[in-house]
Amino acid sequence: MTISYQLKRVDFIFKNENDWEDVLSKSISRTPQELINELISSELKGRGGAGFPTGLKWKLSSEEGDDTKYVICNADEGEPGTFKDREILSRVPFKVLTSMAVCGHVIGAKEGYIYLRGEYFFLQPELNKAISEFEYYCKEINLDFKIRIFMGSGAYICGEETALFESMEGKRGEPRNKPPYPSSYGYMGKPTVINNVETLAHTFTIFKYGAKRFYDLGVQYSRGSKLFSVSGDTPKPGIYELELGMSLADFVDEFGDGDTKAVQVGGASGFLVPRKRFNETAIGFQGKLTGISLPTGGSMMLFNSSRSMFNVLDNYLEFFREESCGQCTPCRVGCQQLLSGIKAVKRGEKNAQYLDKLMRLAETMQYTAKCGLGQSVANSFSSIVENFREEMIY
Amino acid sequence: MNPVSDLIKNLADQHGRSRHNLLPILQGVVEQEKYLSEFSMTEIARELDLPAAEVYGTATFYSFLEHKKMGRYIIRICKTITCSMKGKNQVLLAIEDMLKINVGETTPDGTFSLLQTNCLGFCHKAPAMLINNEVFTDLTPEKVRDILSTYMKKKGASYDN
Repeated sequence: MTISYQLKRVDFIFKNENDWEDVLSKSISRTPQELINELISSELKGRGGAGFPTGLKWKLSSEEGDDTKYVICNADEGEPGTFKDREILSRVPFKVLTSMAVCGHVIGAKEGYIYLRGEYFFLQPELNKAISEFEYYCKEINLDFKIRIFMGSGAYICGEETALFESMEGKRGEPRNKPPYPSSYGYMGKPTVINNVETLAHTFTIFKYGAKRFYDLGVQYSRGSKLFSVSGDTPKPGIYELELGMSLADFVDEFGDGDTKAVQVGGASGFLVPRKRFNETAIGFQGKLTGISLPTGGSMMLFNSSRSMFNVLDNYLEFFREESCGQCTPCRVGCQQLLSGIKAVKRGEKNAQYLDKLMRLAETMQYTAKCGLGQSVANSFSSIVENFREEMIY
Repeated sequence: MNPVSDLIKNLADQHGRSRHNLLPILQGVVEQEKYLSEFSMTEIARELDLPAAEVYGTATFYSFLEHKKMGRYIIRICKTITCSMKGKNQVLLAIEDMLKINVGETTPDGTFSLLQTNCLGFCHKAPAMLINNEVFTDLTPEKVRDILSTYMKKKGASYDN
């Protein structure tokens, strides 16, 4: 089945930030209910990768009775192949700050945090300057909302929302059991809205132009545009804003080097799509009736025929083994075993059937690991081993 | 009083003495000292009235909170997929050759430490590395030699002071 959505460039995110004061004062003069309805009708889904409906997230926290609530911007951008959030924070920080304050107004929070990954420490001075200017304006319009930066210290897992709260509370970044969800029990046990940087930038667009402008982009179940971080074997690596729903074939036409063998959609925790499936794969959230839809936090890594898929998988597994928090056994031991397993097959110490055993182990991790990290190792593992089995063996 | 104890006291005054202030305090010590010694960790535990094991547990979780003595400039070169594909190994060899150390080691004069790290978020400008908090991208062996020479001169300058 061939999907024929064309690749459409969009230019919302990095444009038109200048009237943020206007957007902020107009938005906070509206009722929380109106703003939530606006977000819900836009059908915006979280842009960090998981794709939870943003309007619903805000609504759930707004319904909690607590006096203290928090708004957190997740800027712990650590997925291999993604680099869009840094660009947003350095080019249009006021969009993010404005949306955080509007969220505060909607749910009844007076404090916001930006959890910034340690690797982006150099962003801090400029971002702090923007925050001061922003808070100065908030004071002028009598809006009681403070934003602070919280620095991470080099841990991929802290991008997982509950691990991020643990980290902010001064603990090891180990994910919590869910439920309870952050909307009722988040940072310091208080109702918390936690959104990805790009999600907040999109809510700015929605509050500025109305839900329809956003909803009109994309396809059913995958509305709006999205930033894509393009890297690997491509003549034009960089950040591109595209409408959701495009086919991978069109994407490769635009960004490939003419010899694209496979594309990793969604980073190391996403899926590897081989050339034969480019036509039937669309980029968007699940639920479309035709073909396969792959959600993504925006990481698109292209590999040409000079690349060994064994080396790619080996690199991912080493990444996961190091970044696993070690809290639950399936992930801690599973990552180690998958890595040593494929090496043993490659060296000929184990036969090819051992790969099937490893596939079952990956599947077990998918069902039994505590958080998204351990659960998603199977995505890249199975899609690479299934499609490039001979490269794993010889 | 020990200068590290002073530093820890100041950091605790600045950030607070609750559990949720622990990470900024650990980061503050690392910024000054480049690593967390056992002494620093027990001092922090005392200052915040926490079990030392809790401080140790938190500190050792994060890859940027070193707990062994580091050089004044910590080089962290990205080893994740795109940087690896785009010539990270040649850059790493150039660094090892120039500084005469391997990954995980520190130069005898205590100026440079060399580490590998996971995705720095500069895949479109690979290979990339950090020296302390500064980012360098689109690296080649030639480029990295120039960068390190600049740092070596910086070191000379500060010795003159």
